[in-house]
Amino acid sequence: MAEAGTSSQTRFSIKRQPGFTTIAIVCFLMLYAPIITLVTYSFNAGTSVAIWEGFSWRWYEAAWQNEQVQDAAARSLIVAAFAALIATTAATMAALATTRTKPYRGLTTVYALINQPLMVPEIVTAVALLIFFAVIKVNTGYQGLGYLILAHTAFCIPFAYLPIRARLEGMDLSLESAAADLYATPWLTFRRVTLPLLLPGILAGAMLAFVISLDDVVITEFVKTPGQDTLPTYMLGQLRRVVTPEVNAISTVLLTISVVLVSVFFFLNRRKR
Amino acid sequence: MSELAASSRISVDDAPQDAASALQAAERQQAKRRWLLLTPALVILLLAASGPLLIVLTYSFLKPGDYGGVIWQFSTEAWFNVFLQEDIFEETVTFSDAHLSIFWRSVRLSLGTTLMALLIGFPTAYFMATRPASSRDLWLFLITIPFWTNLLIRTFAIMEVIRNEGIINSILIGLGIIDTPIQMMFTDFAIMLGMLYVYLPLMVLPIYASMEKLDFRLVEAGYDLYATRWRVLKRVIFPLVKPGVIAGSILVFIPSLGAYVTPRVLGGGKNLMLGNLIELQFGQGRNWPLGAALSITLLAIVMIALLAYVRNVSRQENTHG
Repeated sequence: MAEAGTSSQTRFSIKRQPGFTTIAIVCFLMLYAPIITLVTYSFNAGTSVAIWEGFSWRWYEAAWQNEQVQDAAARSLIVAAFAALIATTAATMAALATTRTKPYRGLTTVYALINQPLMVPEIVTAVALLIFFAVIKVNTGYQGLGYLILAHTAFCIPFAYLPIRARLEGMDLSLESAAADLYATPWLTFRRVTLPLLLPGILAGAMLAFVISLDDVVITEFVKTPGQDTLPTYMLGQLRRVVTPEVNAISTVLLTISVVLVSVFFFLNRRKR
Repeated sequence: MSELAASSRISVDDAPQDAASALQAAERQQAKRRWLLLTPALVILLLAASGPLLIVLTYSFLKPGDYGGVIWQFSTEAWFNVFLQEDIFEETVTFSDAHLSIFWRSVRLSLGTTLMALLIGFPTAYFMATRPASSRDLWLFLITIPFWTNLLIRTFAIMEVIRNEGIINSILIGLGIIDTPIQMMFTDFAIMLGMLYVYLPLMVLPIYASMEKLDFRLVEAGYDLYATRWRVLKRVIFPLVKPGVIAGSILVFIPSLGAYVTPRVLGGGKNLMLGNLIELQFGQGRNWPLGAALSITLLAIVMIALLAYVRNVSRQENTHG
């Protein structure tokens, strides 16, 4: 594998750089070893996180039966589902309005607004939302999940927008013209031609938005009303000096969800090419 | 979506006689449709992303309330306190050592993280880009997966490796190399290692994107002219992938500077970074205006870095395009 880049015609490989392959392998090991360790120890029968005492589902059962974990998990899923749904709808509409068009006044501002959550440090957004929602909470008395859903929706929009926009830009305009030539109304053209072609992009965007919402710590930590923990903020709160095996188990479940969704996204996108 | 149908019907009904004004009307319709489509996204973003930033700016010019919150009186005290402090007994103004050291730590650790990420990320991106086309997607997939997994979980994972009873210390003690564990947790080193670990994919991805487009005939030409490997790397490859290197560095530097979770978990509350200093003002510190001023300062540094990057990119496009 290490020398696979060697050109077959020449004996002198133009692609080789000394030490680069070693560094790359170290890099991949460094990225994966800690995660694999964490996943492995979530199956550890013992209480210690460092000593292996045999395989067991013990910590998964403990987490499953923990009411706080159940609440946090349900809350995480509800927030992520709503945020992904709303963000993807808004992002699809925004993508339709910002692609395949001549530049128009305000387009740059629209881009800047959509990408803002990617550029502004999370802690700044978190603080801004803390202040803003504190004002609303005092004036309306509303304490529900709406704040979390709104905050998550906002930072999910750019993640949903990017794959949808990419898909739209790569789309063949002549199909829609053909539909129009056949006397389809714009709405019918959209529903029967554009939307089906766009669907892989929309699905990809929705999945990324869901993963991003599910993983958020900082903004949730600042926006939540006391007692409104999601899984990540619950895990952060559980942290004392060590990570408990129960938290390892929850981490593994969250990891699995992310990895599965991202894999699906990856292969959805790959087939397009 | 029903606006689409509605707008088309109106445009048919209202169709004026003369072609030029018909075109104008159609364009107006289109513009209207565009803004209707943009409304939901813009409302959400203004409400929960851009708008609140203005509130932060406003709060930074107010007086702190006794139990958090603010008193609505204009004051520049918070901004004064970002870098300076006043000794009320001696009435002298000095630089605030505590804040300066946190700013300095944030910048230093972020630069260190960026440099380390570049040293590891560049060869990795090169390795990926020189794989056969069929396996490149797999390597890309492998680098993307950690990027999309939970940052908190990855921070926990690195903690398992470096803490006193963690993997490294257990192995070293098991091998008899050391007797007592090396204290790595709750140090600047731990924070930097953690940030390197969580942000490394952000360095590899853009470098790989430029590297993939690299024309290796240029590299070959370099060797034909008797350049050494190091010279080819420095004079041919590096200049060609420089945009990716700059993009990667920005993408690692910015989140490192605003990092909150990693220093909180791995720094153990002693080794604060800017993000933690900001949080402190909204928690125990109960000084919201100062927290707001610090947030705006962080935002300003990030924006300057981004602007420098954008200008750099457009300059390169001008010279090469």
